[in-house]
Amino acid sequence: MSDTPLITAQNLSVHYPLRGNLIGPKPYVGAVENVTIEIAPGSFFGLVGESGSGKTTLGRAMLRAAPITKGDVLFEDGEVSYSLKNLGKQELKDYRKRAQLIFQDPYAALSPRMTVRDIIAEPLEVMGLTKSRVETDERVREIAAKCRLNVEHLRRFPHAFSGGQRQRISIARALVSGPKFIVADDSVAALDVSIQADVLNLLKAIQEDMGLTFLFISHDLSVVAHVCDHVAVMYLGRLVETAPTRTLFSTPRHPYTQALLSAIPSLDPDDRGCAQKLEGEIPSPTNPPPGCKFQTRCPHAIDRCRVEEPALESAGTEHNVACHRWQELAS
Amino acid sequence: MSRLIDVENLTLQFDTDEGRITAVDDVSFSLEAGEVMGLVGESGSGKSVTAKSLMKLNPRNAVYGPDTKITLHLDDGPVDVMSLQNDTEMKVVRGGAISLIFQEPMASFAPAISIGDQMVEQLLIHTDFSKAQAKELSIEMLDRVGISDPSTRFGQYAFELSGGMRQRAMIAMALSTKPKLLIADEPTTALDVTIQAQVIDLMKDLVSEFGMGIIFITHDLGVIAQTADKVAVMYLGRLVEQGTVRDVIRRPAHPYTRGLLAALPTLDDIDAPLTPIPGDIPSPLERPPGCVYNTRCQEVIGPRCSTEIPKFSQVDSDHAAACHLHDPQGDAP
Repeated sequence: MSDTPLITAQNLSVHYPLRGNLIGPKPYVGAVENVTIEIAPGSFFGLVGESGSGKTTLGRAMLRAAPITKGDVLFEDGEVSYSLKNLGKQELKDYRKRAQLIFQDPYAALSPRMTVRDIIAEPLEVMGLTKSRVETDERVREIAAKCRLNVEHLRRFPHAFSGGQRQRISIARALVSGPKFIVADDSVAALDVSIQADVLNLLKAIQEDMGLTFLFISHDLSVVAHVCDHVAVMYLGRLVETAPTRTLFSTPRHPYTQALLSAIPSLDPDDRGCAQKLEGEIPSPTNPPPGCKFQTRCPHAIDRCRVEEPALESAGTEHNVACHRWQELAS
Repeated sequence: MSRLIDVENLTLQFDTDEGRITAVDDVSFSLEAGEVMGLVGESGSGKSVTAKSLMKLNPRNAVYGPDTKITLHLDDGPVDVMSLQNDTEMKVVRGGAISLIFQEPMASFAPAISIGDQMVEQLLIHTDFSKAQAKELSIEMLDRVGISDPSTRFGQYAFELSGGMRQRAMIAMALSTKPKLLIADEPTTALDVTIQAQVIDLMKDLVSEFGMGIIFITHDLGVIAQTADKVAVMYLGRLVEQGTVRDVIRRPAHPYTRGLLAALPTLDDIDAPLTPIPGDIPSPLERPPGCVYNTRCQEVIGPRCSTEIPKFSQVDSDHAAACHLHDPQGDAP
């Protein structure tokens, strides 16, 4: 991996306005607040958190599919460098070729009225990347083969395919424009375990083969552990911990990461109920608690946590954690 | 423990435009009171349809096999579920002896009727409580499942509750009629892990308190390991393995169960490669002959697998698998 990150979120905030009073400050939902992450080229970067933690919004902001309220996202692939906040129309079009999204639900993401060939070819046609139909067909076949779809499949409609095959079609569509950066938003959550493993292996193989960089958004920590090299944990729009995968899973420092890990049901029937359980639910982002956002559910919260929001600090090589008490709790 | 339900030779087909589809094929199992059975399988394996058959809750185009026999052992004697004809007769079973919790709690509550009114309504149908008594019990049940400020929640609508809260309310509603059997159809799949852990804990507490039987449908073997006493594994409408949770998870006997476990990412060894089961689950219109799993099986032993349907053979005292690997008579080449 080279030293310059492919994509960087710098103090990124995404706010959505709420309807408020005529006077007084305009209310908003802080879906993402002051998040800084760097993703190195060739990395398989995992982003985890519960529903409502802002992980999808962060992923979309990195594709300029969500508004960037504060901060910026920088993209640098050796050919172009963009600041996503101030992207012109032409540049944005070019960025769309370089950054793509794979959706969660392969049943909803594919138009039932288009053949698989047309679905995969659509980005090429919209972006004007190929000059003739022959060239388009060739490109589609090449990408389809990479995603283990054969020529026979290309003539059919999506309803004829199983969940795993549909997800392979979505992957082919995302890859066809030759992107450098892919956001996979919970792309295996809707699949059965036997198929899920197959799609994960395919994503990994493609990443190595084509030298892609992935932002892999998931709520399933065991999946993230198997495929990602770096992981960032989000809670209520904030980054609470980032680390290389091995470090995060061997020495999680943030109480939220620890709780997430212990909430995964163990496969050992004799290991029941000794997990550390979190009380309550994630608060509403319209009315976040003061201080540390996790203090309402944290078993270790003290008075300081209720007033002062912790900043990310270093807890080792490439390991950052946002908790006032992590050192104390680690010892 | 006393026997709660016996399911024998359950076969269920659906009449569709494309022909008659077999959804459940010759499934037999039984459950004791106070026992939790996990029913595992992928999408399309027929696990939800099997559970709904226990209260004949399948659409009109469902055709039950002639040998199907479902016996529910209640305090007043056994009930033959298949012989119940209309909705009035079914009342003993539906919502009475058996309650059902669905996967998606938002879709299961009526959006324009308050949670409380829905809870009271079913109590008025199934018990001889007065409205005031029904309300009192409903609030008590909401409190019991850990919903704070239950009298306020009683008057609220489904959209005002969070996902975890809705699933708790669903459980409270299902349990307020004191069912003998609770069918939980993927009750935690739509929830986040931390909320899932809370709901699993709650369900475990309630089993020991109410002593009912539970059929827990899920595709998550981790959830099964944490909740069930015994496990039944389904594939394409057939049961392929049955046994105690320890036996099935530690010593899986059917190649499909082994495949499921190998495909599961675990945190114990994050460097282990994920091994997918090759191929896709076949369409129910094109059920493979012989063993239904033979098209994807890694351990096919010969032509027998694609011609002869394997019978259940015991691998251990409480552990059986339907696979020719465990059927010694046919081992000759």
